[in-house]
Amino acid sequence: MMRKLALSALLALCGAGLGGAALAAEESHIHDTSFSFEGPFGTFDEFQLQRGLQVYTEVCSACHGMKFVPIRSLADEGGPHLPEDQVRAYAEQFDIFDAELDDTRPRKPTDMFPTVTGMGMGPDLSLMAKARAGFHGPYGTGISQLLNGTGGPEYIVSVLTGYTGEEKEEAGTLFYENTAFPGGWISMPPPLSDDLVTYADGHPATVEHMAEDLASFLMWTAEPKMMARKQVGFVAVLFLGLLSVLLYLTNKRLWAGVKGKKLA
Amino acid sequence: MAGIPHDHYEPKTGAEKWLHRRLPIVGLLYDTLMLPTPKNLNWMWIWGVVLTFCLVLQIATGIVLVMHYTPHVSLAFASVEHIMRDVNGGYMLRYLHANGASLFFIAVYLHIFRGLYYGSYKAPREVTWIIGMIIYLCMMGTAFMGYVLPWGQMSFWGATVITGLFGAIPGIGESIQTWLLGGPAVDNATLNRFFSLHYLLPFVIAALVAVHIWAFHTTGNNNPTGVEVRRSSKAEAEKDTVPFWPYFVMKDLFALAVILMVFFAIVGFMPNYLGHPDNYIEANPLSTPAHIVPEWYFLPFYAILRAFTADVWVVQLVQVVTFGIVDAKFFGVVAMFGAIAVMALAPWLDTSSVRSGRYRPMFKWWFALLVVDFVVLTWVGAMPTEGIYPWISLIGSTYWFAYFLVLLPLLGVIEKPLAPPATIEEDFNAHYSPNTGGTKTVAAE
Repeated sequence: MMRKLALSALLALCGAGLGGAALAAEESHIHDTSFSFEGPFGTFDEFQLQRGLQVYTEVCSACHGMKFVPIRSLADEGGPHLPEDQVRAYAEQFDIFDAELDDTRPRKPTDMFPTVTGMGMGPDLSLMAKARAGFHGPYGTGISQLLNGTGGPEYIVSVLTGYTGEEKEEAGTLFYENTAFPGGWISMPPPLSDDLVTYADGHPATVEHMAEDLASFLMWTAEPKMMARKQVGFVAVLFLGLLSVLLYLTNKRLWAGVKGKKLA
Repeated sequence: MAGIPHDHYEPKTGAEKWLHRRLPIVGLLYDTLMLPTPKNLNWMWIWGVVLTFCLVLQIATGIVLVMHYTPHVSLAFASVEHIMRDVNGGYMLRYLHANGASLFFIAVYLHIFRGLYYGSYKAPREVTWIIGMIIYLCMMGTAFMGYVLPWGQMSFWGATVITGLFGAIPGIGESIQTWLLGGPAVDNATLNRFFSLHYLLPFVIAALVAVHIWAFHTTGNNNPTGVEVRRSSKAEAEKDTVPFWPYFVMKDLFALAVILMVFFAIVGFMPNYLGHPDNYIEANPLSTPAHIVPEWYFLPFYAILRAFTADVWVVQLVQVVTFGIVDAKFFGVVAMFGAIAVMALAPWLDTSSVRSGRYRPMFKWWFALLVVDFVVLTWVGAMPTEGIYPWISLIGSTYWFAYFLVLLPLLGVIEKPLAPPATIEEDFNAHYSPNTGGTKTVAAE
């Protein structure tokens, strides 16, 4: 019995080591970006979200939609916080088919971002920052996410900055080598190049900056109520902490008689 | 009731007497709350109250979520996003409900392992244990069907894999699977019936919880010594017990507040930590995810399911003996349900004369190994079935069965247990009474 035990312990250790090595190789290309919204007190940077919206609109929206995100939410506090008139103007850029009119009309803020489907088009980006995990370790347990977060935005930055320049053609489709994409080859052509967009606030539009701005924006589209949620969490933890202290003291006093302790 | 002698409710005013003669409901509540409870219960006895809270939390948040959810394959995913974005506080309701399931399972596993260590399953508490196991099965069914409702990729493919297990039953399996799904594959009919049952089962659980509580209120609580409360007279019983109210209500509420503090930190700051990213991708029957992983609380049993592959000699033997009727897939399914069945049979498999693991020097170590085994199985259940992982699953699964089927019967015979204290009072005083030099005294307040 003991020998079997020792053997299984040894096997478990080996397995842990092997698994760790395999997974480490897989995730080594997701680099940890530091975002303003990380941690219990992290908040979205309104201006970064606005820059990210610009990158999304000018670049990504050509091939990706965001069908779950209402355009009106661009005016939300804790989001890009655009003025109402700008939101309305933004919405009007995109036409939508209205079944009641039996015709297309410009979008209103209450409509969703456009849906993009068809050959060669990419997946919907509404929830992309939550639908991918950048971090899996150690040993596949996912415990590192306790410190780093799930790594969705980091994954987005890593994919956008992870092109090596290599290309290959397979069954009529062109693939681009990417160090962050699982499998190493992605069908999306490198979407960003330096100074592709011009930021109104004069921010340098390097590929890295644009990727980070976009990743922040997509984190917001995926989790628009993040700041309100953290606030609820903070208040709840604070009050439950206080309640715990009071209940601890109550309980201690209550049991003192039973435990034969003297209360002064 | 043949319970521990204690004071019963006496109606005093005219109105109380009037009601009591017609419906003794106040007396029922009084006797339930004033249940004499062993005064030496430790902190592992708090999970029952935590579990009750979880059930109430899940039902309360669930009822509101249903008001905004649409059970249809083309609308379900969008309606969940509607809850997350448009419903007032909807994101909080959904995260509470999703993480509430995790808290529920953490608590139930600690509750079960507490019972396994302190021998709470042993006579006369077998019925409490069996009902508990049925509750646990219902919880798993409810959680599984609830996870299908958001209609993400893991919802869809998890449902496909798990309902496929029934298809492994020889002969009638495929008919059963079609009947369960309401069609040849997971589709709208499946989503609708899962929604219906996900709403029904919590109320079945609530009823079973009432019976669970009734059962252990009849036998009295177990306690860390495993020694029974003396019940020859009320005076003697009172030396071993204190009433549940207010002593354990306060203790449990304190523990609950601390646990909820951690829970709200997770819900507030990292609500998706325990979820799977793939479930934020809408279900697509044409695209299978690279790894289909169930929720963490199913992983130990998922590991056992996958452990018995066609190249394991036991599986091959069974296949030959049954003329191929029991193949590897069906063997895995039987093993998975068997893993829970052997746990349910623990009261009859454990032969030891001593109830509590505290006084069982050999048992202690094997129990500790069972806990390690459970953790390892949880981890390996999430790993791909390649390399060393199938071996770890197989060793872990073997130990799980060996613990219940071999070690529990054997240890009772070969082990020399220590002598438990004669009474609960003796154990309690050894820890607390200043007369025996027990512990620290409270500083003057």
